[in-house]
Parts: sequence; C-alpha cells; structure tokens
Amino acid sequence: MERGSREYVLWSIGIVVVLIFALIPVLWLVSVSLKTPESITDGRFIPSEVSLDSYKSLFEGGIDESPFIKPLINSILIALSTTVISIVLASFCAYAIARLEFPGKRVILAGALAIAMFPPISTIGPLFDMWRALGLYDTYPGLIIPYLTFSLPLAIYCLVAFFREIPWELEQAAQVDGATPFQAFRKVIVPLAAPGMFTAAILVFIFAWNDFLFAISLTSSDASRTVPASLAFFTGESSFTEPTGSIAAAAVVVTVPIIVFVLFFQRRIVSGLTAGAVKG
Amino acid sequence: MEAHVPAAGSARTRSEHRLAWLLCAPAVIAMLAVTAYPIVYAIALSVQQIDLRFPDEGGFVGLDNYTSVLSSQLWWTDVFNTVFLTVVTVSIELVLGMAIALVMHRAIFGRGVVRTAVLIPYGIITVVSAFAWQFAFAPDSGFVNNLPLISDEMDWFGGRFSSFAVIIMAEVWKTTPFMALLLLAGLVTIDGQLYEAAKVDGASAWQRFTRITLPLMKPAILVALLFRTLDAFRVFDTIYIMTAGAQDTESVSILGFNQLISRLNLGLGSAVSVLIFICVLIIATLYVKLLGTRVEEGRPVK
Repeated sequence: MERGSREYVLWSIGIVVVLIFALIPVLWLVSVSLKTPESITDGRFIPSEVSLDSYKSLFEGGIDESPFIKPLINSILIALSTTVISIVLASFCAYAIARLEFPGKRVILAGALAIAMFPPISTIGPLFDMWRALGLYDTYPGLIIPYLTFSLPLAIYCLVAFFREIPWELEQAAQVDGATPFQAFRKVIVPLAAPGMFTAAILVFIFAWNDFLFAISLTSSDASRTVPASLAFFTGESSFTEPTGSIAAAAVVVTVPIIVFVLFFQRRIVSGLTAGAVKG
Repeated sequence: MEAHVPAAGSARTRSEHRLAWLLCAPAVIAMLAVTAYPIVYAIALSVQQIDLRFPDEGGFVGLDNYTSVLSSQLWWTDVFNTVFLTVVTVSIELVLGMAIALVMHRAIFGRGVVRTAVLIPYGIITVVSAFAWQFAFAPDSGFVNNLPLISDEMDWFGGRFSSFAVIIMAEVWKTTPFMALLLLAGLVTIDGQLYEAAKVDGASAWQRFTRITLPLMKPAILVALLFRTLDAFRVFDTIYIMTAGAQDTESVSILGFNQLISRLNLGLGSAVSVLIFICVLIIATLYVKLLGTRVEEGRPVK
C-alpha cells in the first residue's frame, strides 16, 4: 500500500532523529574519555587512537589517593540508603492513603505536592547552619535526610497509584481459604505490590544519584562528597593539564549503570513516571 | 477517592484513623523536617545581620537585607536570566516533548527502542550532561566548532547569549524526556475511536492534532508545564558547571548559593532564598489557578 510505506518511512525518520538526539552527548563523552592526552584537543568526534589512560588515572593510588573511588562509594551508599528508607516510609504512607479512610488524607497529598515544588535552594542556608550545630555537616545522614524529604513526594504519588490498582479482596479470599493473615499478606499482597515498589525505588535512586546542590553545600571533604560534587573539584594531572579526560571517564563510569538500568526496566520507569498522571 | 473499607462503627473508624496516622507520620515528619522548619528558620535569618566570617557583628536589622537585595543590579539581572532561561527552555521542551510523545505513542514499530533512548537523558546526572555539552562546545577540545557553518574560532562561553545558547541546549536535552513522558501519559487517555471518526469525516492529520489531541490534553499539558517551569526556575547545576555565573549568566539559585555557601553571609543569602521561595509560590499559584482542582490529579516528579 502506497500510504503504508510512506508512513513507514516517516516513522523511521522520526525514530532515527529521536535516537540521535538522545545518544549524541553520551557517545561524545565516551569518545572524550577514550582519547589520549595529546589528541584530546583535536576536536574529532571519533577518537583517532583509543587509550584507557583516563580510566586508569581515576583509580590510580587506591582509595586514599584516587579522587574518584571514595566519592563513588559515597554516592552508592547514600543513594541506596535513601532509596531503602524512602520506599519503606512511602509504602506505609501510600498504603494508608490507598486503603484507609481518614481525615487529613487530602492534606497529606496536597502537602507532598507542595514539597515537590519547593525550591531546595531555600533550605540550603538553614540546613548548613543546623547541620554544623548538630554535627551532621559533611556526613552521610546530612545528605540522606534532605534526599528523603525531596524524594518522598515522588515515591508516595507513585506508590499510591500502584496500590490503588491492587485487588485487595484477594487478601481476604486467601484468608477464607485458610491462610493466616501474615501468609495472605506475604504470599498474595507482597508479590502484587513489589513491581510498584521497585519502580518507585528506581525513581528515588535516580533522584538521589543526580543531586548536586545539597552535595556541594553540605559536604566539605571526601568523607561524604558524592560523585556529582567531586566532579566539580577534579583537577588535572599537573596544573597545566585540564582534567577533561578524567572527568569524561568518571562521567562514563557513573552513567553506564544508569543506562543498563534503563535498558532493563524501560517499561517500569515509563509506567512509574506516567502512572499517577492518568488516574487521580 | 472511593471508600475502600466501609465504616462499621465509630470505634472501628477511630482505630482506622489512628492506624492511618501512625502509618503516615514518619513520612510526614521526614517531609516537614527539611522544608517547613528550615523555611521558617530562613525567614528568621533573613532579618538579621549574620556573616559567619564576622561572627561578632550581627543582630536584628529588620528588612535591610531585603532592601539591599532588591535594590541591587545583580538580583534583577539574575531574575531576568532565570526567567529568560525558564521561558525559552520550557517552550522548546513543550514542542519537542510533544513530538517525542507522539512518536512514542503512535510509532508502528520501534516503540521500545525510542522509550529506552529517551530515558537515557532522564537518568543521566545533570552535572554529567553539563560537562558533556561543555566539552562539545569548548573551543579547544570540542567537535562543534569543526562542524560546517560554525566558525572554528567561536568562543561559546566568551559571551552572554552564546553561553545561554549552550546552557539551553543542555537543559533541553536533559529534561525534554520528562516532559515527553508526562505528555505521553495524557496521550494514552485519548480514545482512539475519536481519531477514526474524524478520519471518516475527512479531517487531516493536522486537524486531528489541533482539534482532538490538543484540547483533550490540556490538563496533562498544564501539569507538565507546571512541574517543568518550577524545575527550570531552580536551574543551578548546568550553569554552575558551564560558566559558574561568568558573563552575566548567573541564575537566582547561583546567587543564593554564592551568598550562603561561598561568602557565608547567611543573613543576605537567606533574604535571597526567601525571595526565591516567594517567586516559586507565585508561579505555582498562577498555574494552580489555571488548572483549577485538577492539580491534585497530577504528580510531583522531578
């Protein structure tokens, strides 16, 4: 069919344009990270010779000397802790909102929405002052607490949308069939709720992994500085060299896991980000 | 919101309320701890002279900090920059995001590939995206100046509006996917039969888009615009990495950060913070007015 083949061509062009748009900056970073120090300023999109020197320099000297290993560990531990705590707290709250009737339900939802709009910069000054007084400045909890605050609205909305879809009658049905309440919860409800919780966890992790403002404001050393903040402080091998190569290599190292994640859980992430927008 | 459990009696209702509040309390406390209390504290700091470099001086100064901020040229330059960047990036994103949402929704094939590719910018750290674009446009190491039609000598970060151009490109790249996904959520709710009926009546593809898609998507578009506008207004990471505010490219968030963290002037910096908070409040109120009650059906994602 004439019309069918024309449409096919148009969609192909659309898809190719979207792919180029999304991938060029990532491919460029990979290219810069693979260039040799001599060829890094040649301005070519595809490196003329490939070297892994930039990656080696990142990990040189082990945890004490390397400018990258400690921030990477900090980033992973802080983002994971935020994710676990945030999902636990949000699950309790979302369960109550989705299943129980109580006054204040709307207030909590509206409040969570307000916090999602809150400008983080407005809390930086007070937090800086409070954290130094409380001994939380430049510590893991000092970052995990603000990350919790700003990721909870996201997690709650996502989980409420998922929990509303769960056929809770199955829990009673299982109990009628002789299951104990705990068995009914563990064998029926948990498997149904797990995909939603997992999706919310991915979104929270990406949020905590991405943050820069809190990370540079509330840390002062590698004790708790995360990767985004440490990238801003990277220096070259000597005072005459730009740290371009090592920044690109570090950027690739922290980006690859996210891309793998996205490849595997594409469907989940899309449904998580769009779930609540459709149903009220 | 439908009632899930019918209230059997007041005792049961009361225990259900108690359980609900117990379940919600930890999350509510965690959300208030770093927002409600600090904003009150910020207001308290903003009416005092507090400079951590000179701890002995200080005291209540009333609205002096606000007067200094509002009468400074820098604040108004930064407000202009922030509004300019917000309006330009969000407008470009709306058009691009809509196009990508249509491709994701209607493509006959390759939907999975497109969705995966689009999620990559969403998942990437903003600082990393800023570096990628900065390296691409850098006069010495970048590839952009080697492209045809672009001068080899172009110093992108040497001027104000050429810096803005790169900042806008990086921001648009990073955040369009989010816009596209929110718009996609609106697109999937539209009944496909409407298009079929319009086709039968002889409506062109463009007519179907402007007469069916756009009007039905109005709430989804407004929700997406609300979240993206507020997010764009807080722009910090990209500018900090690319220019650190040089060439008059500072945003209000960078100004606040410089006063609070770099200069440790908590009084003046807090006045800036409170003013930013008021700006966000005004933007949010305007959108909520436009949306009516529908805003609660939207979702707060970053």
